[in-house]
Amino acid sequence: MVDFGYKIQADRQINLDITNKALANFVKKHENSFNTCIGCGTCTATCSTAKFTDFNFRRLQLFIRRGETANVKAEIAKCMLCGKCQLACPRGVNTRNVIMMIKKGLEAHV
Amino acid sequence: MKIEGKRAVWNEYQKDIAADKYFYVRSCVRQNFFPGSETTFLRIMREELGKDIYEHPCHTTCTGIGYHGDIVPIDTMMTVVARQFALMTEAGYENLVPSCITSFGIYTEVLDTWHHFPETEAKIREYLKKATGREFQIPKNLAHASDVIYKFRKEIAAKAKFKLINKETGKPLQVVEHIGCHYSKMFPNKGVGGAEYPYVLVGMIEDWGGEIIDYPERRHCCGFGFRQYLVQANRGYSMSCSHKKFESMEPYKPDMIITNCPGCPMFLDKWQYAIAEMEGKTYGANGQGIPVFTYEEVAGMVLGYDPWDIGLQVHQVSCEPLLDKIGIPYNKEKKYDGVNGQKLGVPEMPVNLKCC
Repeated sequence: MVDFGYKIQADRQINLDITNKALANFVKKHENSFNTCIGCGTCTATCSTAKFTDFNFRRLQLFIRRGETANVKAEIAKCMLCGKCQLACPRGVNTRNVIMMIKKGLEAHV
Repeated sequence: MKIEGKRAVWNEYQKDIAADKYFYVRSCVRQNFFPGSETTFLRIMREELGKDIYEHPCHTTCTGIGYHGDIVPIDTMMTVVARQFALMTEAGYENLVPSCITSFGIYTEVLDTWHHFPETEAKIREYLKKATGREFQIPKNLAHASDVIYKFRKEIAAKAKFKLINKETGKPLQVVEHIGCHYSKMFPNKGVGGAEYPYVLVGMIEDWGGEIIDYPERRHCCGFGFRQYLVQANRGYSMSCSHKKFESMEPYKPDMIITNCPGCPMFLDKWQYAIAEMEGKTYGANGQGIPVFTYEEVAGMVLGYDPWDIGLQVHQVSCEPLLDKIGIPYNKEKKYDGVNGQKLGVPEMPVNLKCC
C-alpha cells in the first residue's frame, strides 16, 4: 500500500441519543462548575503533568461528555491534583474536584 | 424526510435566473481539473440554446482560494470582485454567471456585505477608482452556471440524444448529487432549494432520466476545505470527509456522482484513487470507482457530445463503464488524442483501482 504522507482519520461521529452520559451527569451533579466549561484548553496549556505525559484535561472533559469513558480511569490516574489548572481556568471550574468526581463516578459504576 | 416534504422545501427557495445576456467568469482551477467542462458549458449556451454569453479576456481570479486560505485580506478580495463587476459593466452586461462555486459564494458574500454596509461599498469603489480608474454597476442578476443549466434543463432534455437510463435494464441510473458548500450553505436563499435540499442538480438528473440517491451523508462537504488540502499534513482531514461520504453512499450502489463545484469532482474523483492505493478499498463495481462528473459533462453526455471532446479522459475513475451502461459511443483509440492532434500521453495505471 502507498504512503502519501497522510491518512484517513477514524470517524468520530457519535449518536447523542444512545451515548452513555451517566458519568457526565454524575460529575455535573456533584461538581456544578463542570457545566460552565467551554473546552478552551487553558487547563491543559498550564498543566504540569501534560508537560511530561499525554494527559489532557480538555480532551478528558470532551470524552466524558461524549460518553467515551473506556480510557478515563487510566487518564485521571496521571493527574497530580496540583491545581494549577484551577488557577488558570477562565470559567472558574473546580478542575481538581472534577477529577475527584470522575473517580467517584467510576467507582459508583455510573 | 418524504419526497413530498422535500419538494415543499425546494419550493420555498427559488431564485431569479436571468434568461439571456450573461457575463461569464471562469474558475481558476477547473480548467486544470476538468478542462472540458467550461468549454462544454459555452458550447451548450451558444450552440444548443442560442444565448448571448460573453467572457472578458482580462477577468482574473476572484481571490476566493486565497481569501478562504487566509492569505488575501477581505478588502483586497472585494476590490478584485469590484474590478470584475467593472469589466462586466464596461462590456455592457448585467447578469453575472460565475463558473466556480467559491466565486459564486464570494460574489454573494460581497453583495450581501455591501447591502448591509453601504459605507464598505463606497470604500471599495474608491479603492477601485484609485487603483484602476474604473467604475462599476452592481449585477442585476447573479446566478451560478449550474443555475443557468438548471433553468434550461428541460430544453436540454428536449434536445437530448441519450437519457440517464441503463440501456440493458431500462431502469434509471442511480445518481449521487453533490453540491459545493459555497453554493447555498452560506446564503441558503441564493441557491435553488436552499442549503438542506438543493434542487439545482436534482432537477437536471430527474429531467434527464436519472434517479437521485438520498443517502445519510448527502450534505457532507467533499473535504476540499482550502487549508485542509493546501497544507499537506492536513490532507487526511480532506480525505476523511470524502471517505465518510463514500462509505455512506456505497450501500446504495450509485452509478455516478454529479457535482457543481470545481473542488468536489476533483476530490471525489482523485481520493477514490488515493483510498484504493492506501487501503485497497474501491467503491464501484468490479474494483472500479464511482465515476464523478461535472454537470456540464453530464449535459454534454446526454446531448451526445464526443466523451473525449468534453474532457472525460482526464478523470481518474474511468467513465467507460457508465458510457457503456447508457450506450454512448466512444472511440477507445482516440481517448488520449488532444484537440490539436497531439497525443496527450497514456497515464500509468493504478495498482488497486481498476481503470480502463
